[in-house]
Parts: sequence; C-alpha cells; structure tokens
Amino acid sequence: MKSFNIKTVFILCVILAAVVCLLPTFLNSWPHKKINLGLDLQGGMHLVLEVQNIKAVETEVERTIQEIKKQLRKEGVKHLGISRLNDNSILAKFQSGTDKTGFETLLSKNFENLKTPKIQTEDNITTYRLSLPDQEIENIKKMATEQALETIRNRIDEFGVSEPDIRIQGGNRILLQLPGIKDPERAKNLIGKTAQLTFQLVDDDADVNTAINGTPPVGDEILYKDNSASAIKTPFLIKKRVLLDGSLLTDARVEFDQFQQPQVGIEFNRKGARIFDRITGENIQKRLAIVLDKKVYSAPTIQDRIAGGRASITGNFTLSEAKDLAIALRAGSLPAPVKIIQEQTVGPTLGADSIRMGLSSMVVGGLLVILFMAVYYKGAGIIADLALLINIILIGGGLAAFQATLTLPGIAGIILTIGMAVDANVIIFERIREELRSGKTVLASVHSGFDRATITILDANVTTFIAALVLYQFGTGAIKGFAVTLILGIIASLFTALILSKSIFDFILRNKQATKLSI
Amino acid sequence: MQLIKPDINIDFIGKYKIGFFISTILILISIGSLIVHKGPNYGIDFIGGTIIQAKFSEQVPVGKIRSGLSEIGLNDASVQNFGDNENNEFLIRTSNPQMSGKDLSKKIVETIKISTGISPEIRRVEMVGPQVGKDLRNKALLAIFYSLLFITIYISYRFEQKLLLSGVTAGSLMTAVYFLSVFNVGMAIVIAVAFIVTIGVFWILKLKYAMGAIVALLHDVLITVGIFSVLDLDFSLPIVAALLTIIGYSLNDTIIVFDRIRENIKGAKTTEELPALFNKSINGTLSRTILTSVTTLIVLFSLYFLGIEILLNFALAMIIGVVIGTYSSIFVASPIVLAANQR
Repeated sequence: MKSFNIKTVFILCVILAAVVCLLPTFLNSWPHKKINLGLDLQGGMHLVLEVQNIKAVETEVERTIQEIKKQLRKEGVKHLGISRLNDNSILAKFQSGTDKTGFETLLSKNFENLKTPKIQTEDNITTYRLSLPDQEIENIKKMATEQALETIRNRIDEFGVSEPDIRIQGGNRILLQLPGIKDPERAKNLIGKTAQLTFQLVDDDADVNTAINGTPPVGDEILYKDNSASAIKTPFLIKKRVLLDGSLLTDARVEFDQFQQPQVGIEFNRKGARIFDRITGENIQKRLAIVLDKKVYSAPTIQDRIAGGRASITGNFTLSEAKDLAIALRAGSLPAPVKIIQEQTVGPTLGADSIRMGLSSMVVGGLLVILFMAVYYKGAGIIADLALLINIILIGGGLAAFQATLTLPGIAGIILTIGMAVDANVIIFERIREELRSGKTVLASVHSGFDRATITILDANVTTFIAALVLYQFGTGAIKGFAVTLILGIIASLFTALILSKSIFDFILRNKQATKLSI
Repeated sequence: MQLIKPDINIDFIGKYKIGFFISTILILISIGSLIVHKGPNYGIDFIGGTIIQAKFSEQVPVGKIRSGLSEIGLNDASVQNFGDNENNEFLIRTSNPQMSGKDLSKKIVETIKISTGISPEIRRVEMVGPQVGKDLRNKALLAIFYSLLFITIYISYRFEQKLLLSGVTAGSLMTAVYFLSVFNVGMAIVIAVAFIVTIGVFWILKLKYAMGAIVALLHDVLITVGIFSVLDLDFSLPIVAALLTIIGYSLNDTIIVFDRIRENIKGAKTTEELPALFNKSINGTLSRTILTSVTTLIVLFSLYFLGIEILLNFALAMIIGVVIGTYSSIFVASPIVLAANQR
C-alpha cells in the first residue's frame, strides 16, 4: 500500500505543478510566466533580413584604394590607374622603372597584408592584381552582419517595441520578431534604411546635363534629389570624395523650420565639428551636398565658416519620417544595405480571431470526443475523459514551464492530441474487454489489460514522437510550435494513460471484490 | 456499447486483391496528377511570393481589386474570397519573381486602395523571397528524409528485434545517400532512392514486417500528396508537418496490427494456417483501429469546419492521411507481410 501512496502523491504533484504553471496565463499573476504566444496569435511582424555584406567588402576595397593613392601621392609615385574590379580585387598599373619599384616598396612596407596573385608586364607597363586576404574578407562580412544587428537593435529599441527578438540566423541573415507592432510599413522602412549620411561637394565646374548624356568627369558621380511637387528628380553632379560622414554624429533630433516644417537637426562630436569647421572654411561660395543613402537632400551654398558642428537636413519630411530619420541617424548607419527576404505580418485582430476559433474548435472537438468515450465505454470512458482533461492541463503547464511558444499550428497540435491521446486508453480498454470475455476476473483483466497494452502504447507513440522531433529540428517558427505541442501531448498522454488511469482503476478496485466493471 | 462485435471475422486477407486494386488506382491517379501538374502545387513557402489578406469595411467587387493589381503589372495575381462572403475579406497572392521587392506589399495595398476607393484593413502579410523559398524546400525535404531514416532504423529494430540488421539498413541508407550527395543530385531524388534502397534491403534481409510498414507508409504519403495535387491545393509547410504526423500515425496503426500478428502466429506450424491467423489478428485489433480513427477524425473535422482558414488545408491533409493510413495498415501492410511469409 505504501508504494501506492507515493505514486498518488507523485501524480498529484505533477498535476498541481501544471496548474500552478498555467495560472498566470489566466489570472495575470504570480508565480510563473504566461504561455508565450507566437506572432501569429498575438499579432506582430516576423522579418528575415539579408545583410548585403559584399557591399561592406566593396567599401573596404574602395577605402584601401584611396589609401594607396594617397600614400603614392605622398611618395611622389605616379600610377596609370588604380581601380576596383567586380570581384573586389584591385587593378593597379605602373610604368616600369622607378614608379614600379616605388609601388612595390610601398606595398611591402604598408600593405603587406594584400595578396598579389597576378603580376603582368607588357610594353613596359606592369599590371598588378591585388586582393584582400580571404580571411579578412570573411571578417569584414562577419563584422558587417554583427554591426548591422547591433544597429537594428538600437533602432528598434528607440522605436519602442516591447520584447523584440533580434538575432543572427546563420551567415548573413538577421531574424527579427516584433510582437504587437502597430505600423509595420513604418517599422520596415526604419529597419531597412541604410542611413549613410555623407557631406560631399557639388562639382560646379562641369555641366550636369552633359554628364548625364555622356560620362561624368573622373571623381564625380550623378546623384538625384526628390522633389515634393513633381515626380521629376533633380540631378546633381557630386564629387565622390566624402568630406565628412555620419559616423561622427553625437545627436540627431527633429526640429522645425520657420514654416513649422519638420527637419532633422544633427550635431557632430568635437572631431566632426573640427572637420566641419575646416571644410566649410575652405569651400566658401561652393555648394555642399548633404547626401543620405545616395540621395541628395539639400545642397546649400556655403556662405561662411560654420563652427560648433551643427547642421540640419531638410527634405519635405512628414513628422514621422523626420522622427524615424533621427532615430536611424542616432542609432548609426548600417555597414551594408539590408534586404527583406521573408516577412510575416499578422494584425492583432486576426491573431485574436485565430485564438477564438482555435479554442472553439478545440472545445467542440474535445466535447465530442468526451461524449463519445463516455457513451462507448461508460464508467471507464469517464476515467479516460478525466485523463484527457488532465492531459490538456499538462500540455498547457508544459508550455508555460518550458516557456515554449504557442503558435497557430501549435493549437492544431493540441487539437490533434485530444483525438489521438484517447488512443492509449482505447488500447487498454479493448484489451481489458478481451480479457473479461476470456473469463478472467475483473481485477485480473484490468491488470493484464494494462500489462499487455503498455508495450504497444509505448511503441505506437515512439513513431509519432520521432516525426515530431524531426519537425522540431527542421521546422521554422510556427511549425516548431506544432512539434512542441505534439511532443508535450505524447508525453502527457503516456503519463495520463499508463500512470493516471491505472491508478484510478486501482483506486476503484482497491477494497471491494468487484465483480462487474463499467467498460 | 460496441461498434465492432467481439466475434467479428471479416476475411480481409481474402479480399487483398480488391485492396491492391484500389491502392494501385489511387497511386496511378496520384502519380499521373503529379506528372500533369509538374510536381506538387507548391505554396509561396517553397517558391517565394507574397500573400496579403485584406478586409474591407463594406462589399467590394473582386473585379475592382483585380483591376487595381493589373494597374501595377500583377496580372497573374490570384484574388480569392477568404472565409464567408459577407466578411468582405480577400486573399491576394502572387509569386511573380520579378515583383518581390520590399515595397511590393505596400504597392499592392496602395493600388487596391485607389481602385476600390476603400482603405482595407491589412490583416496578414506573408512574403517569402525566392532564396528563402529554396531553403525552406530543402529543409522540408531534409525533414522528410531524416524522419524516414530514423523511422526505418526504429522499425527494423522494433519488428525484427535485430539490432545488427537495423544497423545494416541504416548503413546502406547512409552509403547510398553519401554517394548521391557526391553527385550533387536533388533532394527529391535522394529521398526516392532512399526509399528504393530501404525496400531493397528489407527484401534481401527478409525483414518482412519492416518492409510491409515502409511500403504502407510510402503508400499513404504518396496518395495524400496525390489527392492534394488532384484538388489543386497548396503544398506548403503545414502540409509537410501534416505528412510527417501522418507517417507517425499510420505506423502507429501498423505497429499495433503487426504486434498482434506476431503474437498470434507464434504457434503456427504451416504456412497454410497463416491467412486465418492474419485475419484473426486484424479482426482482433479492428475495434481499436476504428475507434482511434473515429476520435481523431472527430477533432480533425471540428478543426476543418470550425477552425481557422489558414489551417484548413492542414486539417484536410490530416483527414486524408488518417483515412488512408487506417486503410493501408489493414489492406496494404498486412498482405505484404503475409506474402513475404509465404515466400
């Protein structure tokens, strides 16, 4: 009898623990966390971004080229063109003789990390093919993804999303889960904004229209400015050299001009302010373009040296656009553009509908099964029904205890479990009926029914368990939720059938010498 | 109450020809439909695309939404009523690869706002880029492959209780897959070859129960996929989840019948007795088989009729799978084991 008591205590403890874990979900209180609802149930946005980190490599290669050119100028070495190729290697040409040796000295002195896989000499001209080491390229890519993650996290924090989940998902992908987001389009714009702010001079020596029809002068590029009134964009001929960029910003905030039009005021740190002071002083009466993500926002003529390191970006912003731009600038620019490669947005009303409909089909399906079992197996059926109810409580408790996420397919998993969980009891009851028919006593029938059915039940559940485990491993988001409830359901139904139902039978048959069993 | 009388004795084995006939027809229809439709009708999960679920505050003719979509070059987008007609809710779907930019959903919403004159509530947006679609397809195939592998190992161990033999099965499967991966063939072919190798190994090693189970399993999955193809329904991630669950469920059924067969044929001395013993086993477990299918179908139908639109296809796949799985454990798996026993 003693072991029987220990078993009873164990069963009660398990059920109690499940109830305790479930309580907060319905009562909003101590002692545990609520069941996590997936984005498909509570509404929200799931995004997968791809960091185009090859662009970060391009930037690094361009920077290296600028550095080489600068040092060559300092050493007085002439080159016949240094440029970046599409595969991110550098092509550098030199006249044989002093220029060539000068370059080689420079290479071995200051750029020893560069690989030179190919050197070719033809007609006294030596062509070098240089490239960054593979290890470094990998590092740049990795850094770009990590930095992008950091930046996006900062932006989301400032945007104000409760409990966002942002993480790297293999290689160059970033996964974002933003529950309860109100304006998904705005969030997407903010996240996807590269926010690379640069100050570049307008080239007033050449004509912009000739440049558009032909090729722009060396060192220039054509960038456009959006107009508020018409769809026609204004072209600008901009010098490629970046005088100052957004990395030296300390603050960006929304301001209003004299017409109450929102604009974004920016403030540089001391180093940035010094540079800004110098470039404005050196370029009086020239036009300085404020370029954001390869778009010209304004290009005012510098009237005087500007000290203090303050500037403002104007561009017919709406208030929320200005706010988001300020957030993006404060959080820093993305090291490389990002592309949204997967999106799943569920509005809050749809999520609520899904929960309601999921629950109603669970209740209807559950009641039908309970009714069926009670009619078919009478007394024993009621034991199975009790086991089924406990089963559902255990699944809920398991979800809360393991902080697993309940998704829409997860609800389907619970509903499916309701149908399949009674299987264990059906196997047992059918066995007991057979044993009874063969003329055994009630007690003996129940015992051998449970004994002989146990192996079969374990076995039958192993296969579904394997399928559920594989689904859990390979499934994404919502499907994982299905696998979780299926796994919990299998464990719970093994417990309720093999331990709980058996104990109830034992309890009923304990004292009296039962001659009849309601089954 | 009893639906199945305890003394029931239906001659299932004697009717195996009818079963094989029905199965062959179903399989031929499935394969035929898959060939005609050039494979399953993949949902946007697997080929990439965009789905927008929009709800209007008042009645809107579908034509207006369509005209708005063709305005931005989406002539091939499908527009469907979602749920009841009076909901004024629509599902807009496109898998045009040229139009998968980040602004597509925004553009669609704007254009239907203009063409219908009503600003809809956007209840759901789903966008899958082509690369992600390819990844998800590979993941789904991997999931099917691994569950096949583990289940093969399990059943060859479980039915034959020879750990060594299950090791041999697993080993030959792995070897076959390794050689295939060297040649870099598609995952679908790998799975097909894996199935053939498995059945071949079971045949050679005379693992008759395992072979019956795996053939039944292949049968169930193929017919479920085939019926989906015939009905022209989307083959998406939840359907893969349903397929794997069906695999588990169908095996579950098969295992219970096989256990009883093994229990009953222990005393059998001649192969002549076998058909009767097989029948006795199937009839003995029939009550359980039917009951469990009934309770599972009860909940699946309540999910299908009361449940969430998004899970409709999932519920349907499960319903088909449960019916076919129940049928196959009686009419496909057992006769194969019998045939192998008489070999």
